[in-house]
Amino acid sequence: MTAVAEIMDYDEVLRRFDPVLGLEVHVELSTATKMFCGCANEFGAEPNTRVCPVCLGMPGALPVVNGSAVESAIRIGLALDCQVAEWCRFARKNYFYPDMPKNFQTSQYDEPIVFDGGLDVVLDDGETFRVGIERAHMEEDTGKSSHVGGASGRIHGAEHSLLDYNRAGVPLIEIVTKPITGAGERAPEIARAYVTALRDLLRSMGVSDVRMDQGSLRCDANVSLTPKGESGFGTRTETKNVNSFRSIERAVRFEMRRQASLLENGSEIVQETRHFDESTGETSSGRRKEEAEDYRYFPEPDLVPIAPSREWVEQLRGTLPEMPWERRRRVQEQWGLSDEELRDLVNASALDLVAATVDAGASPSEARSWWVAYLSQRANERGVELAELSVTPAQVARVIELVGEGKLTHKLARQVIDGVLEDRGEPDEVIAADGIEVVSDDSSLQAAVDEALAAQPDAAEKIRGGKVQAAGAIVGAVMKATQGQADAKRVRELVLAACGQQ
Amino acid sequence: MSSTTSVPDGPGSTELTGLAASELAAKIAAGEVSAVEVTRAHLDRIEAIEPAVHAFLHVDREAALDAARRADEQRANGTPASPLAGVPLALKDVLTTTDMPTTCGSRMLEGWTPPYDSTVAARLRDAGVVVLGKTNMDEFAMGSSTENSAFGPTRNPWDTDRIPGGSGGGSSAALAAFEAPLAIGTDTGGSIRQPAAVTGTVGVKPTYGGVSRYGLVAFSSSLDQAGPCGRTVLDAAMLHEVIAGHDPMDSTSVNAPVPKVTAAAREGADGDLRGVRVGVVREFGGEGYQQGVRDSFRTAVDTLTSLGAEVVEVSCPHFEYALGAYYLIAPSECSSNLARFDAMRYGLRVGDDGTRSTEEVMSLTREQGFGPEVKRRIMLGTYALSSGYYDAYYGQAQKVRTLITRDFEAAFGQVDVLVSPTTPTTAFRIGERVDDPMAMYRADLCTIPSNLAGNAAMSVPSGLSAEDGMPVGLQIMAPAMADDRLYRVGAAYEAARDAASEVSLLDRVPRLEVA
Repeated sequence: MTAVAEIMDYDEVLRRFDPVLGLEVHVELSTATKMFCGCANEFGAEPNTRVCPVCLGMPGALPVVNGSAVESAIRIGLALDCQVAEWCRFARKNYFYPDMPKNFQTSQYDEPIVFDGGLDVVLDDGETFRVGIERAHMEEDTGKSSHVGGASGRIHGAEHSLLDYNRAGVPLIEIVTKPITGAGERAPEIARAYVTALRDLLRSMGVSDVRMDQGSLRCDANVSLTPKGESGFGTRTETKNVNSFRSIERAVRFEMRRQASLLENGSEIVQETRHFDESTGETSSGRRKEEAEDYRYFPEPDLVPIAPSREWVEQLRGTLPEMPWERRRRVQEQWGLSDEELRDLVNASALDLVAATVDAGASPSEARSWWVAYLSQRANERGVELAELSVTPAQVARVIELVGEGKLTHKLARQVIDGVLEDRGEPDEVIAADGIEVVSDDSSLQAAVDEALAAQPDAAEKIRGGKVQAAGAIVGAVMKATQGQADAKRVRELVLAACGQQ
Repeated sequence: MSSTTSVPDGPGSTELTGLAASELAAKIAAGEVSAVEVTRAHLDRIEAIEPAVHAFLHVDREAALDAARRADEQRANGTPASPLAGVPLALKDVLTTTDMPTTCGSRMLEGWTPPYDSTVAARLRDAGVVVLGKTNMDEFAMGSSTENSAFGPTRNPWDTDRIPGGSGGGSSAALAAFEAPLAIGTDTGGSIRQPAAVTGTVGVKPTYGGVSRYGLVAFSSSLDQAGPCGRTVLDAAMLHEVIAGHDPMDSTSVNAPVPKVTAAAREGADGDLRGVRVGVVREFGGEGYQQGVRDSFRTAVDTLTSLGAEVVEVSCPHFEYALGAYYLIAPSECSSNLARFDAMRYGLRVGDDGTRSTEEVMSLTREQGFGPEVKRRIMLGTYALSSGYYDAYYGQAQKVRTLITRDFEAAFGQVDVLVSPTTPTTAFRIGERVDDPMAMYRADLCTIPSNLAGNAAMSVPSGLSAEDGMPVGLQIMAPAMADDRLYRVGAAYEAARDAASEVSLLDRVPRLEVA
C-alpha cells in the first residue's frame, strides 16, 4: 500500500488535477414501522426481536409498502428541490449476502421516487455552493453481521459471524448527488459541508435521527480525478461508510492525494470500494467493483407501482418546516448577528440549541456565548457533538437567569454547568449540593478586602493615589481568597471605598 | 398384509368418498353425517390407496379429525363456520401451514414447518374446512408431471403408469382417486388446469390477485395464483368463495368484491347458454394436438352451440409467443425468488462443519438442495436478467406479455369467454418426457397466456380421448374479475356432458390395485 510519506502533496494534486465527487448518502427513516412490514423500527433492541416472516424473507411472505416512508421520501425530495415521479416502481437488486434475508434488496432502480434537485451548501467562509441532486430513492436496509474472532470486526479472518435482522427492512432513503465538479481545493470541504447541511435539513424535517455514529446517516464518497485541461471523468473509487463529518473531509482529501500519486506514476486507478481508517486517516482497498457486481435489477413483482397524485404532493409540500437556510436568515435578522457570528453559530452546530435556550428565556447573546464558546469547548474535550452533551437548553437558560439575578458569578455559573454535565442534576440541585452562593455579605468581604490591602501595600497606595486600575490586583486577591464565590463587582466597590475613592 | 388388496373405487363402493363436496356439505349441515365420519372415510381411503397414487407428502390424521370435531361442535351449536364446514380438502404443499411441514416438493425445505399460515390456509381453517394433508408437487411448482418432486412422482389414478399433470399433480390425483373431494392448487403456467385436464377433474386459476398469495411460496410472483380444484364445477365454486377476496398482506391482491361464482355455477347448471358469446381461439387445437384432444374439443364446441351459445372463431396472434415469453419471465423471477434458500435461516444446511466459509455452505446447500429442473430455471433466469442480456430477453418477454394482454382485450371485446383445449395431449407416461424439457414445457402451451395476462381460466373435464381412454380438458377463459363466467359456462357444459353419457366421467376411473 502507498504510505502517506510517498503520496503527493495536496497543493501539487490541485496543480495537476481537478477532483470530481459523487456522494451517496443513506438515511434511515424514523418511521414507527419497517419499510415493508409491521415490525417496530427501533435501534438498539435485543438481536432478532424486531422481526417477522416478511423482514426475515420467509418463503411465501410478501412486502407491503409503508405509506409514511413514501411520504417521507416525497417530503425529502421536495426539500431538496426535486421533481416527484408521477409513477414509479420498486425493483429487486439481486446479490447474495448472509445479512440480506431474501438475497435481494427491494430498492428502486431506474424509476426513483424523486429526482433532479439541488441543495445549497454554506461553506466555512460563508460562500454558498450548490450541490446538484441526481435522485433519491426508497429501499430497505439489510440486517447486521458481527464478525467474531477476526481483526477489527471485519469478515476477513473471523471465526464466525452473528446475524441480527432487527435492522433488516428498516426504511432507507438513498440520496445521490450529481457529479460535483469545479470544487477544486474545496472538494473535501464541500463534501463535509454537504453532508452536514443534509443532516441539518433532515433533522429539521423530523424524518430521521440522522446519527452518523448509530448508522442512521451513512455516506459513501466517490472520488475521481481529471487531469487539468482534460475533460471527462477519471476512474472512481467509492469510500464506504465514513462515519463522521470530519472523516468525510479527510477521506476525500486522502483519496485525491492517493489517486494523484498513482496517476502521476503512470498507474491506473482500480475501480473499487475502499474503507476509511479513522486512526490513520487513510483508505484501503475493499472488494473490487468489477467482480460479480451485476445486480440483475428487475421490477419488483410483489409490489404495485406508486403514483403519487399531484394533490398529495402539494399537500406534502405544505407540511415542510422552515428550511435551515430560511431559518438562518431569519435568526440572523432577529438576533442581529453579523455574517461571521452566524457562521460560527452554524459551524458549531449550535443554532438549534441557542434557539431553544432563547425560547427558554435567555437572551440571544448570552445563549450564543454559552453554546459557541464554553460548551463547544467541553464537547470538543469529550469528543462528542454539542447536542450530545448532557445539558439542556432549559438548564443553560436557568444558569443565565441566575447570573442575571446576581446569584451566580460567571465563574460559579461554569461550575454549575460542569456539575450538570457530570449528570449531577438540575442547576439548582448542583448549587444546593455544592453550597455554591455568591458571597455578598459585606462584613465577611470587608475582612478579606482589608487583608488583601494589607498584603499589597504598594497597590493600596496607588489606589489611594487615584490609580483606580490598580484595584484589579486587590479584587483578584479577594476573589482568590473567597474561592470565586464573591461578587466581583461588590468587591471592587469595597476596595475603592476602603481607599477613599468613593 | 395381503399380497394384493383390491380397493373398490367410485361413488358406488364407498359412499362418502364418492360424494361431491357440495353433497357432503349438505349432509353435514343437515346432520345426516358428521364431519368426523366424512373425514375418517377419506383418511381410511388415503391409507389404503396412497401406496398406488402417492398424492400426499404429509397426512395428519389426528389434526384432521380434531378439525372435523370442531366443525361438528360448531354445527351442533348452530354456528357452522361456512357452507363447506366439515368438508375435507387436500392442500398443495406450496402453501404455508403452521401445523404441517411445507416442503414445496424440495429437499431444500424437507421437514420445515413455517412459523405462519398462508392466507389461503387461514381462510380454510376459518371456514371449518378440514385439511387432510399436503399434496405432492413438482419441486417449487416447476414442472408439468409431478416427476420433479424430490419425494417421488405421483401417479394418475386413471392409469398409474401415467403422470397426473403438474405441478399440482398431488392435488389432482387426490381428487381423481377420491382421497379428497376438494383440493387447492397453484397455477403459474397451468399447474392447476393441466393436472385437472389429465385427471378428469375441475381446476380454476382465478384472476391474478383474486386469491391472496401471502404464504404461497413464490415461483414466479407476477404469474403465481392459488385456486380451487374439485370434481365438479359447483364444488370448485364453493371453494373459490372461501379462499378469494382482498388481503392487505398481499399488495397485488385485488380490492374488489369476489365474483359471485357459486351463483353462476348454479345458474349454469340449468344448461342455458343463450346470449353467451364463446370465442374459439384459432391458434390452439390444430397441428401438433393429439387427435383425441382435437375430437373432444370439437365435440365440446358443438355442445356449447347446442346449449344456445353463440360460437365464433377469434384470433389471438401473439399466443404463439407465450411459451417463449413465459420461459424467460418465470425463470427470471424464480432466480430471484429462490435466492433466499441459502441455509442461513431455515431449511437445509449442508457442509456446515466449521471448516467451510458461508459462501461454501450456501453453494453446497443449493447444489444438493435443489433438483435439476429448479437449477435449470435459476440459471435460465439469472442469464436472462444479466446486464447486456436483459433487454433482449426479459425486456422483450415483457413486451410479448403486453401484446398477449392486448390480444385478450381485443378478443373479450367480441366474446364473453374464450375456449381451447387445456393441453395438447392427454397424460403422458411417467418418464416419457423427463429428458426432453421442451416437450415437457409444451404441456402448458394453451394455459400460459392467461397467466401472462392475469385473466381467469378453468379446465373442465371434456370426456375421454378415443385412442388412450385418458381424460381430456376443455379450457374456458374469462376477463379479469369475470371469474363467474367460467363457472356459468363450465357448469352448463358439465351438465350437458354428463347428460350425454350413461355414467358420470369419474365413475369410469379404474380400480386401483394396491400391492
